[in-house]
Amino acid sequence: MTLTLRVWRQKDPSVKGGIVTYELADISPDMSFLEMLDVLNEQLILGGDDPVAFDHDCREGICGMCGVMINGQAHGPEQTTTCQLHMRSFKDGDTITIEPWRASAFPVIKDLAVDRRAFDRIIQAGGYISAPTGTAPEAHSVPVPKKDADAAFDAATCIGCGACVAACPNASSMLFTAAKVTHLGLMPQGQPERDDRVVNMVAQQDREGFGGCTNIGECSASCPKGISMETISRLNHDLLGALRAGVRPKS
Amino acid sequence: MPLDLFNVGDPIADTKAPMDVPIAERWSSRRFRARLVNPANRRKMTVIVVGTGLAGGSAAATLGEAGYKVKSFWYQDSPRRAHSVAAQGGINAAKNYRNDGDSVHRLFYDTVKGGDFRSRENNVHRLAEVSTNIIDQCVAQGVPFAREYGGLLDNRSFGGAQVSRTFYARGQTGQQLLYGAYQALERQIAAGNVEQHARTEMLDLIVVDGRARGIVARDLVTGEISTHFADAVVLATGGYGNVFYLSTNAKGSNTTAIWRAHKRGAYFANPCYTQIHPTCIPVSGDYQSKLTLMSESLRNDGRVWVPKERGDTRDPREIPEDERDYYLERIYPSFGNLVPRDIASRQAKNVCDEGRGVGPNGLGVYLDFADAIQRLGLSAVEAKYGNLFDMYNRITGENAYETPMRIYPAVHYTMGGLWVDYDLQSTIPGMFVIGEANFSDHGANRLGASALMQGLADGYFVLPNTINDYLADGPFEKVDESHPAAAEALQGVQDQVQKLLSINGTRTPASFHRELGKLMWDLCGMERSEESLRKALDRIPEIRQEFWSNVKVSGDWSSFNPTLEHAGRVADFIELAELMCIDALHRAESCGGHFRAESQTPEGEALRDDENFAYVAAWEWTPESAPPVLHREALEYEYVHLAQRSYK
Amino acid sequence: MATVTQAGQGRTPKAAKTTSVFKKAVMAVSGIIMLLYLVAHMIGNLKVFTGRENFNHYSEWIRTIGEPAVPAQTVLTIIRIVLLVAVVAHFWAAVSLWRQARRARPERYVVKKAVAQTYAARTMRWGGVIVLLFIIYHLLDLTVGAINPDGDGTPYDRLVASFSNPFITAFYVLALLLLGMHLRHGIWSATQTLGLSNRRRERTANAAAIAFSTLLIAGFLLVPFSVLFGLVD
Repeated sequence: MTLTLRVWRQKDPSVKGGIVTYELADISPDMSFLEMLDVLNEQLILGGDDPVAFDHDCREGICGMCGVMINGQAHGPEQTTTCQLHMRSFKDGDTITIEPWRASAFPVIKDLAVDRRAFDRIIQAGGYISAPTGTAPEAHSVPVPKKDADAAFDAATCIGCGACVAACPNASSMLFTAAKVTHLGLMPQGQPERDDRVVNMVAQQDREGFGGCTNIGECSASCPKGISMETISRLNHDLLGALRAGVRPKS
Repeated sequence: MPLDLFNVGDPIADTKAPMDVPIAERWSSRRFRARLVNPANRRKMTVIVVGTGLAGGSAAATLGEAGYKVKSFWYQDSPRRAHSVAAQGGINAAKNYRNDGDSVHRLFYDTVKGGDFRSRENNVHRLAEVSTNIIDQCVAQGVPFAREYGGLLDNRSFGGAQVSRTFYARGQTGQQLLYGAYQALERQIAAGNVEQHARTEMLDLIVVDGRARGIVARDLVTGEISTHFADAVVLATGGYGNVFYLSTNAKGSNTTAIWRAHKRGAYFANPCYTQIHPTCIPVSGDYQSKLTLMSESLRNDGRVWVPKERGDTRDPREIPEDERDYYLERIYPSFGNLVPRDIASRQAKNVCDEGRGVGPNGLGVYLDFADAIQRLGLSAVEAKYGNLFDMYNRITGENAYETPMRIYPAVHYTMGGLWVDYDLQSTIPGMFVIGEANFSDHGANRLGASALMQGLADGYFVLPNTINDYLADGPFEKVDESHPAAAEALQGVQDQVQKLLSINGTRTPASFHRELGKLMWDLCGMERSEESLRKALDRIPEIRQEFWSNVKVSGDWSSFNPTLEHAGRVADFIELAELMCIDALHRAESCGGHFRAESQTPEGEALRDDENFAYVAAWEWTPESAPPVLHREALEYEYVHLAQRSYK
Repeated sequence: MATVTQAGQGRTPKAAKTTSVFKKAVMAVSGIIMLLYLVAHMIGNLKVFTGRENFNHYSEWIRTIGEPAVPAQTVLTIIRIVLLVAVVAHFWAAVSLWRQARRARPERYVVKKAVAQTYAARTMRWGGVIVLLFIIYHLLDLTVGAINPDGDGTPYDRLVASFSNPFITAFYVLALLLLGMHLRHGIWSATQTLGLSNRRRERTANAAAIAFSTLLIAGFLLVPFSVLFGLVD
């Protein structure tokens, strides 16, 4: 395959970026998208140019490190991670525009790599169950209905890649936050901190500068793990309940 | 064995396990005898933890909870990215919830036997003991394990075990366990007990007066190289499978942290023990950057076969039953498709070597679900393995519900690693090594669902108990970057970075990495021989030399430069590869993942030589010109009797 | 030294009322209030088919509910105040979320494709503004009568006067269609925001939103079309 790539190049956050066009030949349809970028980069390195910086690690769709906007869609045309997207999803002669996730809470580091630590800080605000090592009771002391455990698992499969934020017209991180609130809120172990968790995580996501959710659904449709909009409904339900109960965010 | 490649030094021994009590009491005895650090003093002490996988993440969180000041380092943007996240199958624990005869002793026995009698009994027994605590801990953190309709935890049998002791969360157990540890870690970061260093890579260890006191690290975003100090250093940086270039490891997984620590004096144990996982998606072309594992659980219902005739290129569905060779079921009637990984992998290689392999390049065997679909129904198979079938479809473009999957073995895990004693302390006092980075509890072969168990055992329960005994002597005298040892280490790292940038040759780091990987796979892979290893040992120094004179790294040091990071890692892989081949050559026996062509039974099974090789090979680094020094730690088996493994 | 913990850079929400979810709840509740009013309004409009007298009488009745227990127009005034508060709250929440969204993505994508976004969802903001302008026009036209061709006539006369003009009718139709889309996303969105939706109900909620908005708008459209085509005069 021969492709025209239009890639966002930006040396660092302090300078303005722009689209640079590259021509790439001899791409196999069995290559993954990132392997195609590897080919581009090898050519750039040998030509003495700066290769395109992009984040990636496991390349099997589970670590959540990779993720770019491909022709205006988070992770590209298939509902999967960028590393699991293969070139057979494109046609010979295609032009592909590649951009980083864009959100003020995800500042660009370089080219296509962005800083997603805002997500970690949302988790720090309450995305956990306080169970210090050694304090745990016997695992079977609390049964969990299979239905709840399965639903919690579905929400817990979120890989924190940021596609939801990237795809959302409001750049909202609601699906990410909601996935964690749902996962922990469905487990009996997560009940004691349930109200504080949701209030503080939502406060933190606002503080990080993410947009608000307006229930558009781009996030869920772009999520490589298919996290459902139901999680957002659950978060809203929990949050309004917590606010009614008088819970307020920690400053 | 010609000794031109290494020298033999003094034997080494673990002195920390209390041998005066029976094995079942040794861990509690050690915990009792280990000195404690009172809570007020813990606040005065700093521990560096490098890596945030199951071992590093759980250790950093637990040490933070205990009141130590922890500095945590990772090279990705978030601790949640660590490659433990990719473990699919499950985690073993001797809960005996199935009432099928499991016990701590049976898990201990299975693991020692599974490791082909090359692991330490004491460590393995401890692992089996704490396995039950791990499940309790993870459940309390909210890990959504699979459950039965009654609300209790589900178990499955996994990878060569005859009892159901594997706990799992669909095909994403590692992910869920890691998120549990990650969330505990983030909680400690929020509480101010753990200081985070994201996108920061350890590049050297600082040793002051014989004690590990800090690290040199590079901030991968700003390029800044700096020193960090502590009273103890914990390495939890994972395995080195990427020495083969193609492996199931993450692209960033590397040996740099443990290799540089090795060069500072930590012994490297059993580097040649590599595990080749039998069920991976075959290579499709030269551009391939990584291999993807398909959970071993697929072997519970899938049947492995190849055509009986060589070069049979018919569509697999058109090959009649009597022209198929279900070779695992044929050779191992009692274990069938569930034989341990090393055996399944080697048999796949054998049938492919015979020319009966399938797929475009003849490097693959079928894993067929037709029978399972007929027996259980399509929807049941979909419910059990749907995500794996989807993954297979995405990567290969084939539908495995209709045509058999093609699988081939791939490098997956490294049992070798830095040598540690029962306290998980390396030969450098104050440096502890946990998880896959140490030479661990798996001997020459790791059983399925044991890696997650070991990582969490080390991080949650073992290290936080044993490290106190060392820190009871602290806090140690303060050191900072002006100390000559720190300045020397910092300078060394800066020099290397400058060197890599200045060579300006004609080959990319990736091209060297690919060449090294192919060489290692061909000559030091699933089957090794004296001839192949000698060939590798001739070639590796040439690759090293060419690397240091012809590599091209573009960009500069003071910005985000993934090519520069990769170059440094490849340089270390090249050195490690040489030690792996020396280790593989010196161990003139077959055991577990180390299969020497010269040492096999008449049926082609691995043939151990217990008389000469029942030891851990701990290698000491010597400056470049001198060969490494071998220190042997004798392995004695009091409770599990040495026997030829048999899965027939 | 490498960078250590950085706190989020944004402003700290001082109280619960500034969280984005609270704003959405305000939006949902105020929207529901206006929606209920619209239902009543639509049913009231249909009185036009019962004749001039009945319609004018109905209009008068609205202004006298509760008399003589309470002074004239009390109930109507309460309704108007509630509606005004709802409009302001709805508008405040929308503008505030809109500004938050703009701050959240200062640099736009060069290429952006919608995957799931409906046309209705995409036009919520500008559509909302247009609907607001329409409402002001509508009040001046039929309630106050200031810009009505028959400003001093009875309510029935004003209505007929307006809708006899094809341009005015066309404007009403367009605005009502826009309002319909606004409601279609709004109703679904409110079920989400108030935490009433789940995966099973998602489809039902969406279908209900579509059916409800269609019926409501059809009810509203019946009147102008009837006038235009001379069924009512």
